[in-house]
Amino acid sequence: MTTTPARRPRQLSGRPRFYTSYAQQLRMFNTRPKRVSVGVLMALAVLVPFYVNDEVLQLLAVGFVASIGAIGLNIVTGYAGQISLGHAFFLAIGAYTAAALSGDPDERTIGFGITNLLVWLPAAGLVAALFGVLVAPLATRLRGLYLAIVTLGLVFLGEHIFKEWSSLTGGPGVGRPAAVPELFGYRFDEGGELLTRDQQLYLLMLVLLAIFAVLAFNLVRSKVGRAFSAVRDRDIAAEIMGVSLRKYKTLAFAVSSFYAGCAGALLYTVAGFFDPTSFNLLMSVQYIAMVLIGGAGTISGSIMGAMFITLVPRLTRELPAYVPFIAAEPTGVPNVFQVETVLYGLLIIGFLIFEPRGLYGIWVRLRNYWKSWPFSY
Amino acid sequence: MNGPVPGEPILEVDDVHLYFAGVHAINGVSFEVGPSELFAIIGPNGAGKTSIFNVLSGVYAPGKGRVRFNGTDLLGLRPHDIAALGLARTFQNVELFANLTVLDNLMLGRHQHIRYGAPAAFAWFGRARREEIANRATVEDIVDFLELEQWRGYPVGLLPFGVQKRVELGRALAMEPKLLLLDEPVAGMNLEETEDMARFVLDIREELDIPMILVEHDMGMVMDLADRVLVMDFGSPITTGTPAEVQSHPGVIRAYLGQEQAS
Repeated sequence: MTTTPARRPRQLSGRPRFYTSYAQQLRMFNTRPKRVSVGVLMALAVLVPFYVNDEVLQLLAVGFVASIGAIGLNIVTGYAGQISLGHAFFLAIGAYTAAALSGDPDERTIGFGITNLLVWLPAAGLVAALFGVLVAPLATRLRGLYLAIVTLGLVFLGEHIFKEWSSLTGGPGVGRPAAVPELFGYRFDEGGELLTRDQQLYLLMLVLLAIFAVLAFNLVRSKVGRAFSAVRDRDIAAEIMGVSLRKYKTLAFAVSSFYAGCAGALLYTVAGFFDPTSFNLLMSVQYIAMVLIGGAGTISGSIMGAMFITLVPRLTRELPAYVPFIAAEPTGVPNVFQVETVLYGLLIIGFLIFEPRGLYGIWVRLRNYWKSWPFSY
Repeated sequence: MNGPVPGEPILEVDDVHLYFAGVHAINGVSFEVGPSELFAIIGPNGAGKTSIFNVLSGVYAPGKGRVRFNGTDLLGLRPHDIAALGLARTFQNVELFANLTVLDNLMLGRHQHIRYGAPAAFAWFGRARREEIANRATVEDIVDFLELEQWRGYPVGLLPFGVQKRVELGRALAMEPKLLLLDEPVAGMNLEETEDMARFVLDIREELDIPMILVEHDMGMVMDLADRVLVMDFGSPITTGTPAEVQSHPGVIRAYLGQEQAS
């Protein structure tokens, strides 16, 4: 008499956990520590709004949105290797598309009154993606520094247009209301019975970030993500493997701008108001900093970098209480705002020299250290 | 002197000329490669061997001439279109994707055989996952064939040179080529690694029956493995023939050993 073999090999206790199928290895969280740690992190993130004050919640919500934008930049710069300094431009396109779609038609700025998030969010992404596709042909002609300079031009172009086009943007110093986060009649930006306004927005952004991050992760582990990395590492060899440079560079810009557009649309819903002068070179540099500090070519690194860069200004604001010679007002020298700018620079330089793989690299080193602890080899 | 090629040739190169400004890099080269032939191209440095490969794979556009591969005219096609026709190559200086693992490099060789686009990739479950698993199995056969098991998960940038060369061969094989171009597969290798590589080349012939063009400076390897040899010097073809014919050809001896001053 024979017993039918078990469909899946049984895990023996005390034995290392081997993969027994390719499907198992290709899973998103393919080890138990990954599943546990991501589960714990998500549980914590969901619990945070009930223990933290509204000011910090707003900051975290903005950090989640910035993470979406950073993932976008990481796809085009970290994965596909096309340096883009024009990220602020794509964020602006998304922000104004969403704001115009959901704006009040009776206001002084352009508005169509379509407040449903499911309409204006994808629309903002798609319009930005369209601009990304228009820019992409430049990337097939130019490389490295030259591409960086051309994309830098986009930021200045955008800055000028948004300053002048005051029927759309409200003009500098005045601004316009941001997109209205409404879903089937439910307003996330108005406190409900159960949750406050900021708790709702925090949870909304958390869910959106989770969705965008999972989609991006799927993309980069697929054929498309591999082709991006191939274009980054050796473009000629990539082409000889059958990877069309034009197609994949265009795709990288389209996906990246889509993410930027969505992030731009959401970025100011927390504050409720925004000014056309925000989309400047400094914003592009901040996103570059997020990618470099978080870790180029990683999705989780983008999130770490974005949260880090968003939280740093809040932390430096606490400095005057501990370091007496730093002034809290912008009139003092040195003041917290100067310290903040210097800190960005120092962080980028420090990471490039000591840990080019960014926060993600530090995490990998920590993990590897504890994997073999207490033996160093 | 052109030996008979049994069957329809897979590649016909006819009177190709390539110019870089004033330099005549390839000067009227013609040859054919049979359906299961191992054809070698030799010549001193700067003879134009790698330039011929670059013309075949679409990196350079020749000024004059005709290249037919498996019935299709190659000239004017982009490198990725030529790849889709089934032409694969390795490079003299390893051109792997240094930050990717051995497996990912081999999977990139499968690029044109993996059939799904960006929408399926975003969704992952369904088509993308199915195709990834199926192609992973194919790639594992190549890992097996080239004995790369122990390096599978390593970023290729960290591997020793000899292994990188083998990964590059694997990446080309993953494309399921109809013709394989090997650009100095044993350059910079020690005797043992050279013997290993020669063994793999023979295995590819015997087990996979893929015709190959081999550019190589290691004369021992060329003379032992090649069916026919094309000798070049300063961009011009000197002769084509079996290894034995080529070795005794006076023009070849002149190209390699030089000529005594006429006195």
